[in-house]
Amino acid sequence: MDEIDKQIINALQDGFPICDAPYRQVAAQLRLTEQELIDRLKALLDNGTLTRFGPLYNAEQMGGALTLAAVKAPKQRFDEITDIINAFPEVAHNYARSHELNMWFVIATETPEQIQQTINAIEQQTGLTVYNMPKNKEYFVNLKLEA
Amino acid sequence: MIEARDRQLLEHIQLGLPVCSRPYAEIGQLCDMPETEVIERLTRLKQQGLIKRMGVIVKHRQLGYRANAMIVWNVPDNLIKQLGGHISRFSFVTLCYQRPKQPEWPYNLYCMIHGKDKSTVLSQLEQLIDACGLSGFDQEILFSNRCFKQRGAIYQRAAHADVRATLVAQQPETAHIVGD
Repeated sequence: MDEIDKQIINALQDGFPICDAPYRQVAAQLRLTEQELIDRLKALLDNGTLTRFGPLYNAEQMGGALTLAAVKAPKQRFDEITDIINAFPEVAHNYARSHELNMWFVIATETPEQIQQTINAIEQQTGLTVYNMPKNKEYFVNLKLEA
Repeated sequence: MIEARDRQLLEHIQLGLPVCSRPYAEIGQLCDMPETEVIERLTRLKQQGLIKRMGVIVKHRQLGYRANAMIVWNVPDNLIKQLGGHISRFSFVTLCYQRPKQPEWPYNLYCMIHGKDKSTVLSQLEQLIDACGLSGFDQEILFSNRCFKQRGAIYQRAAHADVRATLVAQQPETAHIVGD
C-alpha cells in the first residue's frame, strides 16, 4: 500500500458519489485517471486490504433489530461458551474483552422479537446470564480511520 | 415497508458495488432498471438513512489499528446527551452510544476508540476525559483480546414469496471497521 492507495482509502471512507460516473469524479479529486483508480481499488479488494466496497445499511430501518450483549464466561468454560455463542447465526460479532464481563457480542435478527428469543436460548444453552445492552441512542460519529 | 424495487436494488448491491466506469448502469442491467432509476432510488435511500454509508469498508488491522477499546461511563441522565455529543466529535472516537444501565453494570455511555497501539489509545482517552470533563464519573476500559466471529452483510429472503423479504445488515455496531 503506497501513498496513493492511502489517499484512495481515505477519500472513499468519506462517501462514494451516486452519479453516472462516480469513479471519474473521485479520480479527479485525487488527480488520478479513472482507470488508475479502478485498477488500484480492485487490487485493494483482491489483496484483502478492503473488505468490501459498497453500502452499509441501517438494520433497524430494514425492519431488523440489533443489540449488544455480554456474558461472564468462567475461564475453564471459555472455549465451550465461545463455541455455543458463535454457533448462533444471529450472533454477528463476538469479541473477548478484558473484564469480568469477558465476552461481548452483537445479536442481529430479522425482527425485534427474535432478540429476546435468542437471548433466552443463549442463556439456556450456556447456563449464564446474558446482559442485554440495546442502544438508546447513537451519537453521530464521522468515522474515518486514516490509512 | 420497503418498496419491492428498492429491495431488489439493495439486494443486488449488498455485497459491493461494481468497480467499473458506470457501476450504477451495471447494477441497472442486473435489476432490469435504467441507470437513472438506480441513481434516483439510491440517492433517496441514502437521504432516508436506510443506506447509512456508501464507501469502503476497511479492515482496520490491515491499516495498523490493533488496539480496540470500549470505554464505558456512568453519567447522570441530565448530562448524557451533552456528553455523548461532545465525545462523538473527537476524530479518534469510532462509535458512541447511550445504553441502559444494568443491575450489576451501571454504565450508560459507551464509546470505542480504535488506535494503532494501546498507549496511543490510552493517551487519546486521557485527552477525551480532560476535554469532556469525564474524570468524576465511574469508568471502565475494556480492550478486546480476540475476535471470535465477524461476518459480513447478509440478505435473507423469507421463504414464502408473499412474506416480506427481509434485509438484515449483519454489520452492526462496529459496522464499518472490521477484523479486530
